[in-house]
Amino acid sequence: MTAFLRKLWSANTVALTFLSMVLAVLIGALLIIVSDADVLAKFGYFTARPSDAIESSWAVVSTAYADLLKGAFGDPQVFSAWFAGTATWQQAFAPLSETLTYAAPMVFTGLSVALAFRGGLFNIGAQGQAVLGCVAAGIAGFTFGLPVVLNLLVALIAGVVGGALWGFIPGFLKARTGAHEVITTIMLNYSAGLFLSWLVIQQGIQAPGRTDAISKTVAETAQLPSPGGVLRVHLGIILAVLVTAGVSWLLNRSAFGFELRAVGANPHAAKTAGIGVGRTYVLLMAIAGGLAGLGGATQVLGTAHALTPAVAGNIGFDGLLVALLGRNRPWGTLFAALLFGALRAGGDRMQSFASISLELVTVLQALIVIFIAAPALVKAIFRLRAARATGLGASLAKG
Amino acid sequence: MSTATVEEPTEVVAAPEPFWTRQRRLGLALILLGGLAAAVFGALAPSEDARFTLSENAEGAALSINGQYGAVLFGVLALVAGGALFAGLLKRWSNALLSAGILAFVLSFLCWQVAGEFMPLVDTTDGTLQLALPLILGALAGVLGERSGVVNVAIEGQFLMGAFAGALVGTMATSVWVGLVSAAVGGMIIAGILAVLSIRYLVDQTVVGMVLNLFALGITGFLYERLMQPDAPTYNTPPQMPEWRIPGLADIPVVGPVLFEANLLVWVALGLVVVIHFGLSRTRWGLRTRAVGEHPTAADTVGIRVRGLRYMNVLLGGVVAGIGGAYFTLVATGSFTKNMTAGAGFIALAALIFGRYTPFGAFGAALFFGFAQKLATYLGAIDSPVPSQFLNMLPYLATLIAVAGLVGRVRAPAADGLPYIKG
Amino acid sequence: MANDHIDITVEPGEVHALLGENGAGKSTLMNQLYGLLQPDEGQIIVNDEPRVFKSPRDAIAAGIGMVHQHFMLVPVFTVAENIALGAEEVRGGPLGWLDRRRSRRDVIETSQRYGLPVDPDALVEDLPVGAQQRVEIVKALTREVDLLILDEPTAVLTPQETQELLAVMRSLTAMGKSIVFITHKLKEVKAIADRITVIRRGQVVGTASPDTSEEELAALMVGRAVSLEVEKSPAEPGRSVLKIEGLVVDDDRGVRAVDGVDLEVRAGEVLGIAGVQGNGQTELVEAVMGLREVRAGAVRLDDDDLVTMSTKRILRSGVGYIPEDRSHDGVVKEFSVAENLVLDMYDQAPYGNAFSLDLGKVGGNAKERIEQFDIRCQSPATPVGTLSGGNQQKVVVAREMSRPLRLFIASQPTRGVDVGSIEFIHSRIIHERDQGTAVLVVSSELDEVVGLADRIAVMYRGRVLAIVSPDTPREEIGLLMAGITGDTPEGEK
Repeated sequence: MTAFLRKLWSANTVALTFLSMVLAVLIGALLIIVSDADVLAKFGYFTARPSDAIESSWAVVSTAYADLLKGAFGDPQVFSAWFAGTATWQQAFAPLSETLTYAAPMVFTGLSVALAFRGGLFNIGAQGQAVLGCVAAGIAGFTFGLPVVLNLLVALIAGVVGGALWGFIPGFLKARTGAHEVITTIMLNYSAGLFLSWLVIQQGIQAPGRTDAISKTVAETAQLPSPGGVLRVHLGIILAVLVTAGVSWLLNRSAFGFELRAVGANPHAAKTAGIGVGRTYVLLMAIAGGLAGLGGATQVLGTAHALTPAVAGNIGFDGLLVALLGRNRPWGTLFAALLFGALRAGGDRMQSFASISLELVTVLQALIVIFIAAPALVKAIFRLRAARATGLGASLAKG
Repeated sequence: MSTATVEEPTEVVAAPEPFWTRQRRLGLALILLGGLAAAVFGALAPSEDARFTLSENAEGAALSINGQYGAVLFGVLALVAGGALFAGLLKRWSNALLSAGILAFVLSFLCWQVAGEFMPLVDTTDGTLQLALPLILGALAGVLGERSGVVNVAIEGQFLMGAFAGALVGTMATSVWVGLVSAAVGGMIIAGILAVLSIRYLVDQTVVGMVLNLFALGITGFLYERLMQPDAPTYNTPPQMPEWRIPGLADIPVVGPVLFEANLLVWVALGLVVVIHFGLSRTRWGLRTRAVGEHPTAADTVGIRVRGLRYMNVLLGGVVAGIGGAYFTLVATGSFTKNMTAGAGFIALAALIFGRYTPFGAFGAALFFGFAQKLATYLGAIDSPVPSQFLNMLPYLATLIAVAGLVGRVRAPAADGLPYIKG
Repeated sequence: MANDHIDITVEPGEVHALLGENGAGKSTLMNQLYGLLQPDEGQIIVNDEPRVFKSPRDAIAAGIGMVHQHFMLVPVFTVAENIALGAEEVRGGPLGWLDRRRSRRDVIETSQRYGLPVDPDALVEDLPVGAQQRVEIVKALTREVDLLILDEPTAVLTPQETQELLAVMRSLTAMGKSIVFITHKLKEVKAIADRITVIRRGQVVGTASPDTSEEELAALMVGRAVSLEVEKSPAEPGRSVLKIEGLVVDDDRGVRAVDGVDLEVRAGEVLGIAGVQGNGQTELVEAVMGLREVRAGAVRLDDDDLVTMSTKRILRSGVGYIPEDRSHDGVVKEFSVAENLVLDMYDQAPYGNAFSLDLGKVGGNAKERIEQFDIRCQSPATPVGTLSGGNQQKVVVAREMSRPLRLFIASQPTRGVDVGSIEFIHSRIIHERDQGTAVLVVSSELDEVVGLADRIAVMYRGRVLAIVSPDTPREEIGLLMAGITGDTPEGEK
């Protein structure tokens, strides 16, 4: 019976993802309530008039989450205004554009982490690789001054190479000396960050006439094309879909994908079957680094257009969460990135409209992933419902 | 498939011992570093006195040396130490040679930088120790977890939670001690989640740790913006930890003011290093902890509760790391800000590994990293051409070199990171 | 279900042998008795008192000790620390300060009382297996156990060390201790047991006395009369295919494991390597396969110099290889049957090229092999980890035999495999031989080597002591396995 339940639940990843999100949202709501002084004051006389406290809690939570949804997918009022002719279509689609804009770099860093994971490596270094991608793409973007298309292409490739170099190091160390990639990539992350903050204030890099830490602007020919105006979305998201397809092919259909999966699942058996484990690690980390570097490149060439110490934001660490949520499958990672992009875009609106700190989004993201990673925990929390769900699941399994 | 080329049968020769032993490689590295120091630092250093004052400022007694002369002298000393290592002299003392060589290199660098300036030794030592405090505590937290087989990459999260809880509760209770206890509880909460998820629910420990770092970053940032930022006097002005002076001992030059005119955390950190060292090596708890970290099944078969011991150690680690977090708000700055630990937890992790998972090793590494940070600020203050970013990179690079096996391989406990599944 | 309503009784002062095939459920049963696993049903009665063992702690308290098949010793601890662990002598009350002197003294005392020499200060990782086993026994005895469970204790011992162990067991029973002796070796059972319980597929299938014949015991154990013989015609050896000269190889710790081995395998013959496990056989084979660095010597396959070739190239120049540890080195458990069947040929025609795979061809190959090698699985897409040990091994055999071979190397080809699969695999090996392939079989089961081989090389401490015919009396081979060469000087053939 328990074994059956286990099977049913592990198969039902969609349900698990959904339940994890529900749990995260509930905990988020709790956080919103306890951090609101007015609402808390009403809980002070909860026994006398519970309705006050409950109503105000509901009000603050529902406004916050409504703003989150509007910011992520669109505001119905703006849509009706667009139909009525008082708003432009651009305004109506701006939230979706934000979602896609935030999602694009995360797809790349997520794929970087996911691919490495399948090869048995935990690439915490996506952040540092993305930083190097930013640096290389940024410098290429404002240095070469090549014609249209070519300039963008060169800048993107530079980003890939930059990230690949930073990924190569831990791969090489792992292959040659057995140094654990978790430790080496953590160290390389912070080294990359410090390197970037040094670089942007150097002559030739820093924007002329500026004293703050910002580089020259990337040439327009090297920027990722975008509709402009309120729509920040750029070519990066399409590139992301293409690269996802590429990674999916690499993983499932290519000889190297076979090698990396074999090495990831059982390096000893892979070695015995003649697969070069060290070579696979090096190549895998270089590719993973290249993917993260591409993520950094889209960040610089798509939205930031100049280097700053924080240009890469948190995309590497977000990639970690995205890959975990997408269960290290390419298409799963893409969807997870879209979900996190939506959360992030919605978080912006929540912050400015409902003045709920954007950090709530980080909490939600972390919680979702924690629950996803510990399915047994979610099952334990929903134990009562699981029994009822059995009947439904069984009939589904038969059908 | 067979190749048709006819070759002479291969000679049967015994393979020689490898020429590039650890000593040789280290020796060569030191020779190069020493040569670099003598030549480059010596050439760049102005021929002025470098004064190392035995106080917190330019006043009082000082050790002083001509900068150029010193840079060359210490560079050559490093080179000599490297040469001795390379030639295989004094094999028994190779670790001492290595330390001496590195020290000479650092001194050569200092002579160059301080030439024409002064470096207040009390201030430097004190700053080193203060900057190292959270690193020591964080690394000790790591020692507790990892020696019993639980990887703790969530030190950063425990720091943040400790710093936050210390500031929040300390302010609300207007007591630094209540704040300190809350910080410990804050660290323990993160450690508790780590323990439950990795020990009970068998989630990959590194994954949980990284996600918990983000969780702690998010939740402290969220509450900071919701509570502390709008109303700092009520939520974010914690009382500060007092400095206590032990009469007599505090008058010892340099060491006195650093160690005996200090806040409680200094003594807690130093005490914990000793306690955990002897605890691990000499007590029943330590023997069992090490057994659980090396071979949990063996421990189980002699009736040791593997999971229980792991829970206990991870939670204890949370307490220690939480106290380390308290340093940031109750000692160093006086208020909480978003992401204020800024990667210190990872430097603590680096110290743990660089110190080979031992309390004294971690302590030494933390001091070294603290010194690097202090030096970075000092060089910034004297407008040195050496960018502070590279000095701040030092802990990371040093650890990178250490785990790559260039300085002898770091060996983690055998069952580190592996969940224990019965049966 | 590993155990299905088993009843056994052990009397004071007796050796009770638990006999059964690999995977029959012997260890599971004993792990319940030792509190490592909890039974779903049934009870344990110690001295007429029903007891519940929630953990080994309870079992130890009830006077039960166990020496596991894989030793439960912390390698980086000293002998005394390992023995003290869990029952430490402490001073200083709640501080729990270790009293090392008393721990040491206890070890020496126990070791002298029972005649089991151990050095309390040695690091366990530096000890040979036989010594580690003594540490395990002393560990149990310091806990004043009345019942000692020995799980496959002779698997890692030479025939001589086995004799010594049997003597220790006798003296222990003479002092009133009871022993449960788990094994699948009939001769040892007959030599020492007072009573024998035979287990098959988790059930007691019979009890026997030590005078029961080996044939009867074997039949009880596997459920039918088995022929231990392998049917084969005399070999017709051809050209020399594999030539090993002066091979020197180190083990993982850098200790010399193979110390100057010369061997030759000819086309159409099976060369068997007999020896107690850990005498360099593993390292020898790994060196031939390019999986381990060769310190000195030459390995040639016809005209190819294998020492300079990568594992991949060796596999592709007509060498098939069954590694000794199937789940560690042989299969990728998460991979499907189809993927495992091309694990070393995935980028070769027709399955793919350097860039991409032809999943259709991979699947087609799987269907064919599953049929041909009688692999019992739901579909080619089933993960290999879900198959039984025998079927997993058939996947490896099928993979390695599905291309034209010059040399076939099988290391412990039937370890942990059911009887039906053993017969199948043996017949495939002979079939391969009859097609003119040179075959090298390494096995720590002497019966298997004798059954398969046309010539037997006996390895001891990294050297080949002698090459003998399979008709040589067992006792003689056994002595060679223990390093005793009789009147021939050591190392000479």
